[in-house]
Amino acid sequence: MADRKYTEDHEWVEVDGENGVIGISDYAQEQLGDVVFVELPSVGKVLDQRDEAAVVESVKAAAEVYTPVSGEVIEVNEELNNDPSLVNTDAFGEGWFAKLKLTDPTELEDLMDEGAYKTFLAGLS
Amino acid sequence: MRYLPLTDTDRSAMLSEIGVSSVDDLFVDVPLAARFDGTFDLPDHMAEFAVEGRMARMAGRNTTTGDVPSFLGAGVYRHHIPASVDHLIQRGEFLTSYTPYQPEITQGTLQAVYEFQTMVALITGMDVANASMYDGATSCAEAVLMARRITRRNRALISGNVHPHYSSVSETQAKYVDIDIEVCPPDLGGTEDLTSKVDDETACVVVQNPDVFGHVRDLSPLAAICHEKGALLIVVVTEAVSLGALQSPGEMGADIVVAEGQSIGNPQGFGGPHVGLFATRDKYVRQMPGRLCGETVDADGKRGWVLTLSTREQHIRREKATSNICTNAGLCALAFTIHLSLLGEDGFRDLAMLNHAHASRLVDRLGTIDGVEVLSEAFFNEVALRLSKPADDVVNQLADHNVLAGVPAARLFGAGKGLDDILLVATSELTTTEDMDALVSGLSEVLA
Amino acid sequence: MSHSRDLSRASAGNTNGVVETVHGHQGLQLEEPLLFEIDNPGAVGVDLPEPGAFKMRLGGLERQREIGLPSVSEPEVVRHFTRLSQKNYAIDMGIYPLGSCTMKHNPRLNEKMARLPGFANAHPLQPESTVQGAFELIDGVAHWLKELTGMPAIAMSPGAGAHGELCGVMAIRAALDDREGGPTTRRRILVPDSAHGTNPATAAVCGFSVDAIPSDSRGRVDVKAFAEKLDDDVAGIMITNPNTCGLFEPDMIEIAELIHDAGGYFYCDGANFNAIVGRVRPGDLGIDCMHINLHKTFSTPHGGGGPGAGPVVLSDALAPFAPVPWVVHGADGFSLVEHADDAGDAKPFGRLKGFHGQMGMFVRAYAYMLSHGRDGLRQVANDAVLNANYVMSRLSDVMTPAFDGPCMHECLFDDRFLKDTGVSTLDFAKAMLDEGYHPMTMYFPLVVHGAMLIEPTETESKRSLDDFIAVMRALVEQAQQGNSDAFAAAPVLTPRRRLDETAAARQPILRWTPEVQAAEAAE
Repeated sequence: MADRKYTEDHEWVEVDGENGVIGISDYAQEQLGDVVFVELPSVGKVLDQRDEAAVVESVKAAAEVYTPVSGEVIEVNEELNNDPSLVNTDAFGEGWFAKLKLTDPTELEDLMDEGAYKTFLAGLS
Repeated sequence: MRYLPLTDTDRSAMLSEIGVSSVDDLFVDVPLAARFDGTFDLPDHMAEFAVEGRMARMAGRNTTTGDVPSFLGAGVYRHHIPASVDHLIQRGEFLTSYTPYQPEITQGTLQAVYEFQTMVALITGMDVANASMYDGATSCAEAVLMARRITRRNRALISGNVHPHYSSVSETQAKYVDIDIEVCPPDLGGTEDLTSKVDDETACVVVQNPDVFGHVRDLSPLAAICHEKGALLIVVVTEAVSLGALQSPGEMGADIVVAEGQSIGNPQGFGGPHVGLFATRDKYVRQMPGRLCGETVDADGKRGWVLTLSTREQHIRREKATSNICTNAGLCALAFTIHLSLLGEDGFRDLAMLNHAHASRLVDRLGTIDGVEVLSEAFFNEVALRLSKPADDVVNQLADHNVLAGVPAARLFGAGKGLDDILLVATSELTTTEDMDALVSGLSEVLA
Repeated sequence: MSHSRDLSRASAGNTNGVVETVHGHQGLQLEEPLLFEIDNPGAVGVDLPEPGAFKMRLGGLERQREIGLPSVSEPEVVRHFTRLSQKNYAIDMGIYPLGSCTMKHNPRLNEKMARLPGFANAHPLQPESTVQGAFELIDGVAHWLKELTGMPAIAMSPGAGAHGELCGVMAIRAALDDREGGPTTRRRILVPDSAHGTNPATAAVCGFSVDAIPSDSRGRVDVKAFAEKLDDDVAGIMITNPNTCGLFEPDMIEIAELIHDAGGYFYCDGANFNAIVGRVRPGDLGIDCMHINLHKTFSTPHGGGGPGAGPVVLSDALAPFAPVPWVVHGADGFSLVEHADDAGDAKPFGRLKGFHGQMGMFVRAYAYMLSHGRDGLRQVANDAVLNANYVMSRLSDVMTPAFDGPCMHECLFDDRFLKDTGVSTLDFAKAMLDEGYHPMTMYFPLVVHGAMLIEPTETESKRSLDDFIAVMRALVEQAQQGNSDAFAAAPVLTPRRRLDETAAARQPILRWTPEVQAAEAAE
């Protein structure tokens, strides 16, 4: 858990060795409401930090999801195609979006850790 | 004024409630320089009968397809519209309702749209259809844009036998969004072979069936090549009634079918409003433009309908929407649905066959006229003729004899493009033997 | 107060307003299956003659498979669609106060005129000599629109408002390309954040990026912020006037001068022209183009979602780039320019639609224009604005207007008056349904929290407005009394209660199939 890092746009990345898994935070899924569809990137796509990685749709809104880190997409969460509600029920677990092979791990230093993100959320309301 | 319920008494009571002395005080934000105090070069208001008289005189200056034998087609067709169609679409609950954004009190519109979507999917042989587009030509342009979104390729190939308005609208829509469109030259014989032009960069191939010269073709081989190269086959249908007689585009392998639905339930109306049909495969539904109606349940578990997948649309995605389209052709789609309900399975197929029978009989007779060469061997209800004189002159001369003989191909493609002697002639269930007599004798006389 | 109805939500909620009946009908509210479910093979709704003997020439491509269309007789079809119609709310039934949508009375004279055989049965490709009356009508509508807007040129073919936007922005793009002798280097279109979603969507499909201009605290374009964005990368600006907050943009003339000085063009979204018709000519504000939704200002019917028509008036600078076709008036009467080759000095950017535009809508609009005349149209604007201000004035003490001062044709409230009641704008709107009213536009424009945008239009009587106001006041009172559960449960008296939009979007069912029907029967 300690390895999960956050952006101010409520994306997260969890690093495991040279790979990182990305998704959106619990706060983000709550703001969106019932997620009805997630448009995932294609495997093999190379993304720079802050590139659009996915689009997440609820009934009344659609939000772009930007990758917190640069990397090549090596796997996507196909389960979301069958059950997009996983984003609502388990945003930090089964609701993950994609796995990236990181190209610049130093980018992680600019992201917030759990504590900083909580403080950031507290400042929003 | 008959449409304005407020009386002067109402107006002054309301002004004093608001606390202003005149309505001008409500326009305070309009800068003085912008207030118009001049006189418009326009008439003052008129009684209902005066409007009627004036407009009837204008309408009376037209000689229309109902007055004289008509063989006009080329994307707009004269068919019979049952009386109940026009009666039902004029019910105020349909006519004067808005887009069904409050589904609890617009289930009537929504259920009818759902029936429309189902019928369009059925007759085109596709999985799913949207709630309609402006017309066939704009549907075609949207299909090209959709093919680019799906394939992420930016080359589109359009057959030379697609109705020129359709290819031209597609070219215009694609102009500023980096799509490279190639429109092939027209092919009068109907043997155009596009297979060699499809490659790994082709997003889509657009063909029309029956094509603008009336030729009917099997598109399966072209579909196979498209799919081998990863391109989409877009099939255009400008005469929806043909779908009752021919194998559907879906059966031939189309990925997107776009059609003009005017022929079913809607008058020619000098070109609009008509109704664009748009159908595709399930897997592409989220890339589809336009409104969609879907089935769901209400809070009591009762079946009902809502507009759905609206996150694709402009009011949510704004600059990232699949299209800037907002309106569909609701009432025209309703007329289509009601007419097709009346026709039903048997009626639709019988109607189509009647259209074909009349065309086939007309072709038998035209073939005997000196100066007329029928260019179509396989067709539905429209054929191309090569005349021994310019088609435009012939049509004008026949108009003087009270026959609307058809559409000169040059009217669509432009003059001086090698098509000046080509005339497009269409029939329908309304074409009588006497109509055919008038055309045959008129052409014989003018071409002699 | 003229009403004496019991407006209590709670009592309706307790009984749920429902009585058990055999087929689920509730009095005159009739359940109706899908057409496909009343399929009766062998039944027909048309009688056609036998084709007789003929040679089949379909190239061996005759349809083999069954289509799957239902078979239904004429009486059943008429009943089916009549029953469906009765599940709709409509302007013929009552006020339809959807802000920015302009739901006004649709005169039936317009319908009658559109059905004159001379118009309805005219084919668009007839010889020009046979359709002079049709051209005269198009030319007549064009004259009215140019005159009322004070603009020199017009493109008649766009099929709806958004299509008109496309036409206008494409003309801007073409003019810039022409001026620069190649693809323009200008990339940005400025669009206020209060704009309708079609504005940014249109800019995008014309290859421009969208740069949002903030609204100021008065709901208008922030002119200072706008001026700071101007540079030689700006292609133009799109402004709705009156804007989506129902307010006139007082700085239009200054904005026009600034954008022109910066080398860009001014697109005006004319969706709300009905508020100023006859009183303000947009051309006098310095704009370059504006679309006109004929269904709004000139009362062609909305038809449950179209068809519309969106002619675009153009300045001299943009006129040469208008799309084909257009009508010209020559010595021998009217004729049509259909091809760029025949366009003379003009440089049309292309074609936007099949044939010549939404003729049937032109006929209806023309009947409306002639009926009102120049004097009546000015009264239209006056009464539309008067009605909106009257509603605002009568509701301001219990609801919270988003901005101070008079409004134009629509009044905008935010949701501050619902603070701490537990009732949302949506719940409030749904409660209106049980009262027999169509709600106002909700959550638009985006710049106002929980927005409620009310547009009564000029065709509502004072009595109708007073009834509406009474309902609104009563609902506000109930909301503030802590009745939030009843609001959350509303509506209960409508043909359907709230529908599950999440389920519809997660597993879309977009057509009837025999399988879906079988699955439902099994449940």
